[in-house]
Amino acid sequence: MAIIEIQNLRKTFRSGDVDVHAVAGVDLRVEKGEFLAVVGKSGSGKSTLFHVLGGLTPPTSGTVKIDGKDLTAMNEAGRTRLRRESVGFVFQKYNLLPTLTVRDNLEIARDISGVKGPWGEQFLDVIRILGIEGKMDRKPRQLSGGEQQRVAIARAIVNQPAILLADEPTGNLDTENSNLVLGLLKHLNKKFGQTVLMITHDPEAAAFADRTVQMRDGLLHGA
Amino acid sequence: MVYKLVYENLKHRPARTLLSALAIGLGVTMMLTLVGLGEGMMDDQANRARGVGADLVVRAPGSSVVGMGSLSMNQNILNYLRSQPHVVMATPVGIHSTGGVSSIMGVNFDEFSAMGGGFKFREGGKFADQGEVIIDDLYAREKKLRVGSTLNTMNRDWRVAGVFASGKLGRVMIPLTLLQELASANGKITMVYVKLDDSSQTSAVIAGLKKDLPEYPIYAMDELIKQFSVSNLPELNAFIGVVVALSVLFGFLVVFLAMYTAVLERTREIGILKALGAGPGYVLGILLRETVLLAVIGSAAGILMSYGTRWLISTFIPASFVQAIVYSWWPISAAITLCSAVLGVLYPALKAAKQDALDSLSYD
Repeated sequence: MAIIEIQNLRKTFRSGDVDVHAVAGVDLRVEKGEFLAVVGKSGSGKSTLFHVLGGLTPPTSGTVKIDGKDLTAMNEAGRTRLRRESVGFVFQKYNLLPTLTVRDNLEIARDISGVKGPWGEQFLDVIRILGIEGKMDRKPRQLSGGEQQRVAIARAIVNQPAILLADEPTGNLDTENSNLVLGLLKHLNKKFGQTVLMITHDPEAAAFADRTVQMRDGLLHGA
Repeated sequence: MVYKLVYENLKHRPARTLLSALAIGLGVTMMLTLVGLGEGMMDDQANRARGVGADLVVRAPGSSVVGMGSLSMNQNILNYLRSQPHVVMATPVGIHSTGGVSSIMGVNFDEFSAMGGGFKFREGGKFADQGEVIIDDLYAREKKLRVGSTLNTMNRDWRVAGVFASGKLGRVMIPLTLLQELASANGKITMVYVKLDDSSQTSAVIAGLKKDLPEYPIYAMDELIKQFSVSNLPELNAFIGVVVALSVLFGFLVVFLAMYTAVLERTREIGILKALGAGPGYVLGILLRETVLLAVIGSAAGILMSYGTRWLISTFIPASFVQAIVYSWWPISAAITLCSAVLGVLYPALKAAKQDALDSLSYD
């Protein structure tokens, strides 16, 4: 069952007097429970693809379906709902809220989604797997980069999204922490069937995925 | 959870939070101090009028009930008043303004003292006929005077002969005849205080007096004291209106600047919230709650600071001004502050709510 279906996706930006075709006709199908890596150099359009899939920016044309929801027809409110209900993000810069503790960073994601009550057993298991159960009362500045990224992963899946989108999740980490974070993403993918789409420029990071596609000049190769 | 975020945001920048709250509080303090001064000075006047010990007062035609008055009434009226039934004493008082809210009062000391049950002197005693003055203890404290000190007023130096406990109508008193002479108003007085043999006859006596003296404002003391109210001072009410408007503007600008800066500073955090699926209402709610909390803290600070202004006034200028704590204005000033704060946050909050998630996340 496909959780992401993309047909002839295009995203064009206006830069001065010039149209930049960042995504120039992409077709892609990602199955539920798959771990896919999109590999490309800087300027290849992979980040724009990430932003469109995450509902952070609307596509210019084409069809994009996430968990059966047609993103093309969505307005800003619809894309906000999509981010709330169906997508979890892991960014290169972690993007944790600096004034909140780890626990509260996780709680606020639940609060935004309107989820109440105690954490479920599965999520407690995730926290144990990520090794952050002892860091719950710490602020992000008290954590290492690797720890912050593990918290970001926990936050991304706290509401059990249909897809986890990771944009260069190891871009700010050393090799040891990179391997740890990628190993954890793979483990979560295998253990809980969490669909993961990872954007990276690093072939070694991409090697952790089940499948890799290349992005070049706004087009996907090997999809 | 949102409240926790709001609390942590305020805690994260303690100096800014404190300064914003204090600045918001200043508006509250301005309102409470001004209203307190109005109420306090009216209460003080009422208390001092009560200290005269009279049953009724006759003022000059056309004079204001709560105003200071001037030497404009012919003192021949005294003979008429003293001849009326039930009148056991009628004592004249002359008031001469010495600038601002200060005045000097001329009295026939023995008569005036007897009507009010006597002066309580902290030091010294009554003035001699020429060149001496008596002052109340608040005036003495404000001007750092004591018995034997020299007080310059009405273009001449006076020796302080006595310091009496306040509550006797005036703060600075000299013999009435001397005041009349210095003010070039011989035979003129400002008002007459009348004591009756039976206070229950006050209304009947006033009715009789009004028949013969239709142009003279005549009040029972109870009635006069009720007139000492801020509502009878339209100029003060207009001034309070101006201060309220300034406070609203002040609060608006403080919150606008504080929250505008906060929104700019938190652009990335707003982007994170939006990436997590927070809609405009959620972001708006955070900033509104933060503002309301700031306004509440600011209002509390403003109320506390109004106790500070009262202390300053009562310590340094106790004779010139009296500030009351007007509890009924606490919720009013807090509500006004809250409204101005909410107005101030609207633009920054709407700007934040409309911020593009992607642009915000790219912000460094």
